[in-house]
Amino acid sequence: AMLDPDNGLSFTIARIVQRLKGSSLHSQLERQARISLHKPEIKLESLKEDIKDFLKTSGWEKKLQNAVYSELNVFPSPCHPAAPPEHMKEPLAYMRKAQGSWEKRILKSLNSMCTELSIPLAQKRPVSEQKELLNKWNEMGTDEPDLSLFRPVYAPKDFLEVLTNLRNPNYENGEQPSFRSHLGLIQVPLKVKDIPELKEDFSELGLNIGQLGIDDSAQVPPEFFENEHVRVGQKVLAEQDSAAAQQYVRQGCPTALRADLWALILNISNQPEDILYYEQLKSNVIQHDLLVDSLIFKDVKLTASNDDYYFVFEDYLYQVLLCFSRDTSVLEHFTYSSATPPKSYIRGKLGMEEYAVFYPPNVNYNSFILSVAPLCFLYHEPSKLYQIFREMYVRFFFRLHSISSHPSGIVSLCLLFETLLQTHLPQLFYHLREIGAQPLRISFKWMVRAFSGYLATDQLLLLWDRILGYNSLEILAVLAAAVFAFRAVNLMEVTSLAAAEAVLADLSTLKVMPLLQIFLFATVT
Amino acid sequence: FRIMAGKVKWVTDIEKSVLINNFEKRGWIQVTENEDWNFYWMSVQTIRNVFSVETGYRLSDDQIVNHFPNHYELTRKDLMVKNIKRYRKELEKEGSPLAEKDENGKYIYLDFVPVTFMLPADYNLFVEEFRKNPSSTWIMKPCGKAQGKGIFLINKLSQIKKWSRDSKTSSFVSQSSKEAYVISLYINNPLLIGGKKFDLRLYVLVSTYRPLRCYMYKLGFCRFCTVKYTPSTSELDNMFVHLTNVAIQKHGDDYNHIHGGKWTVSNLRLYLESTRGKEVTNKLFDEIHWIIVQSLKAVAPVMNNDKHCFECYGYDIIIDDKLKPWLIEVNASPSLTSSTANDRILKYNLINDTLNIAVPNGEIPDCKWNKSPPKEVLGNYEVLYDEEMAQSDGPDRDLRSRSGQSTAVKGNRARDSGKPVLTTWK
Repeated sequence: AMLDPDNGLSFTIARIVQRLKGSSLHSQLERQARISLHKPEIKLESLKEDIKDFLKTSGWEKKLQNAVYSELNVFPSPCHPAAPPEHMKEPLAYMRKAQGSWEKRILKSLNSMCTELSIPLAQKRPVSEQKELLNKWNEMGTDEPDLSLFRPVYAPKDFLEVLTNLRNPNYENGEQPSFRSHLGLIQVPLKVKDIPELKEDFSELGLNIGQLGIDDSAQVPPEFFENEHVRVGQKVLAEQDSAAAQQYVRQGCPTALRADLWALILNISNQPEDILYYEQLKSNVIQHDLLVDSLIFKDVKLTASNDDYYFVFEDYLYQVLLCFSRDTSVLEHFTYSSATPPKSYIRGKLGMEEYAVFYPPNVNYNSFILSVAPLCFLYHEPSKLYQIFREMYVRFFFRLHSISSHPSGIVSLCLLFETLLQTHLPQLFYHLREIGAQPLRISFKWMVRAFSGYLATDQLLLLWDRILGYNSLEILAVLAAAVFAFRAVNLMEVTSLAAAEAVLADLSTLKVMPLLQIFLFATVT
Repeated sequence: FRIMAGKVKWVTDIEKSVLINNFEKRGWIQVTENEDWNFYWMSVQTIRNVFSVETGYRLSDDQIVNHFPNHYELTRKDLMVKNIKRYRKELEKEGSPLAEKDENGKYIYLDFVPVTFMLPADYNLFVEEFRKNPSSTWIMKPCGKAQGKGIFLINKLSQIKKWSRDSKTSSFVSQSSKEAYVISLYINNPLLIGGKKFDLRLYVLVSTYRPLRCYMYKLGFCRFCTVKYTPSTSELDNMFVHLTNVAIQKHGDDYNHIHGGKWTVSNLRLYLESTRGKEVTNKLFDEIHWIIVQSLKAVAPVMNNDKHCFECYGYDIIIDDKLKPWLIEVNASPSLTSSTANDRILKYNLINDTLNIAVPNGEIPDCKWNKSPPKEVLGNYEVLYDEEMAQSDGPDRDLRSRSGQSTAVKGNRARDSGKPVLTTWK
């Protein structure tokens, strides 16, 4: 329908209505409304009002609110109703181009691996193999397939190299480098926030406000903050209000409430149809063998199996990731991602959509794995674990693996990190640069993995509470800068990149909330 | 008034770096056992000799050893069970509320050891119990061995015919402790994480039994089986499924040398709080502390509370899927071998903190001291139970097993390590 171009709001409403129409929530609401007709309080004269009241008191209106809120969180508002779809993916042409080239490189690498190993990208599994896989679905970790010939498609530093080479062709930077120019690796003029803006955005992390991760430590009596915070959390859960939950978790989640709070924010309720969907994905895995599966296996073996905390969940990781690579519903998020996933078809079924499989842009599963693993501490039911991970991916983590101008995209995070460091710790920045230890070279791997595998699990979960609470990944860049600030004294004494890496090698004892708080609110600028 | 001059002279017959490094960093001097020594970290064989009647060894006031003479009352599987059974009966006789039973005749507060019998002595009693539940699985463990040696599972009486007293093949003659076995009901519903079975290893330091003073090391760990757990009978022979001893797991194909299949206890707590809730997790840890203290109280009356002794025990505990902890066994000589780098650090710190408590200020000891170290030296230990403190709070507090330290460290469940008599947990 043609809309008033000035009225972006009605466009947004129309889009959300469109998305929710035909969803299972829609049919549930219809069913509830129909059931309510039998109730005495529903009168024919005031049918519409009475049904609305009923939906309100029975909690269904809240569910609808949560769904709308979820849509608003995930899908960005369109820049202009008449803007072409590419602009929703990524408004800047040079970024789109760079992402396109990067994807081509990955696909080329994948294809050549297929040719080298004479393995198709996707093929149907023989029945005996299907049976075998079904039997050991819960313990794929005990498998030892020969993975020596498979190599990761790219390493984090390859990706960093691509980001470092990004240039805006419209930006003339002919002037001689001076103290004003940016001395880091990222050389694109994206807008990033400074500390005053961050303080405003992250105001709930301020010194006067209670935080889990600080005010629940052993020396603080629980009456000061913790008990009340838990009480409020229980209330939020009882109300089942997504928006309230998102606000609440900015001060951290009590461990016992975290799983439910995150599910509420992500609007995951694990309905029967969700479980069915997961089972369907599982049967896709059983029936078809993808090249990508071997890459997943290899990466899980290399990363999670060797991790002090995550090794226990190795089997869950296979289950989630194998299903994920067959989940074409994830494709719809690509309308707002700069990435376009390569699509392939099961061998022999070229062009038949039901046999299509896609390759998520981050074919290097290294970072994926570490973003699933912490979730295993919260959810042990496979289909719920799967949905939570998928939602985290389409809201947040995909931005860490694709080239875009979005404020939570990896490019912006890198630039934000470098700018914070250069502005507030210039001496340290210059020193590290001088000795060939550009700080981003060290912090990149932390950010691209959202610190998973580097922090202790309880600290990581406190950090991810804030990612959900603020619906942004910027906190990753702030934490990275805060870590450098914390270790500044030692870093000033090193004389090589290797020595700098060594100083920052072990983050497992860090407490993230005090670091963030001090960096944002207690550092003299 | 003795002047504490000179450095501590130490001996050990256990060549482990975590020990030796700790002695050397204190500037102690290594000597042989024939010389004048102050501190001897002994293996269990040596302690047997030192305190045996024949040798007539007499320790002087400035000599300390790391075992109690008859530690086996706690650390031998059959004696531990015997002492706990005796303790329960005594409490029942004196009408103590701790010995209360439920409608099925099971102890409410003191049922923390799986049903156990000695073989061949209790064979008939065992058969009676077995027949009540013929589909159950039982675990056979030799009394005198460690590290999972000689353990096997059975689910049919025929598998242990050898131990039948009536059997012609039984050897009445050799009733030596080496032949004796205990048979316990196998916990076939262990709590699984990631589908894997695990047990808990906790370190407990006892400085005196009467009055009982014991400390729990905060950094215990979980040992995971590398293979997925299955109660299926076909896997009874697969020791990699069932036994969590690292000595066994180390040889499995999937054994990983970076993390060694271990989790810290704080990881476990985080996982349980996140997936099960805070109350049940706190209850579980309170119960774990409770059963440790009760096991020590059970053997305290029979322990030779020699003032030259302290001991660091390795407690093995299994948690079932109803979040009930079970005491499996207590080790007098917990392994000081390190399977990973983290492990080495943990054990080094364990010995360090142990020595700080047992040998105050690292100076030449005087075994007549009151064995009450100041809070600052505890390191990663926390007071689990201090009988003297508990008694000074009033007689009925004894049942609450209150810790001696009044500062409540949050997450220190030792604070409430005893169950109040009329209880929240009913």
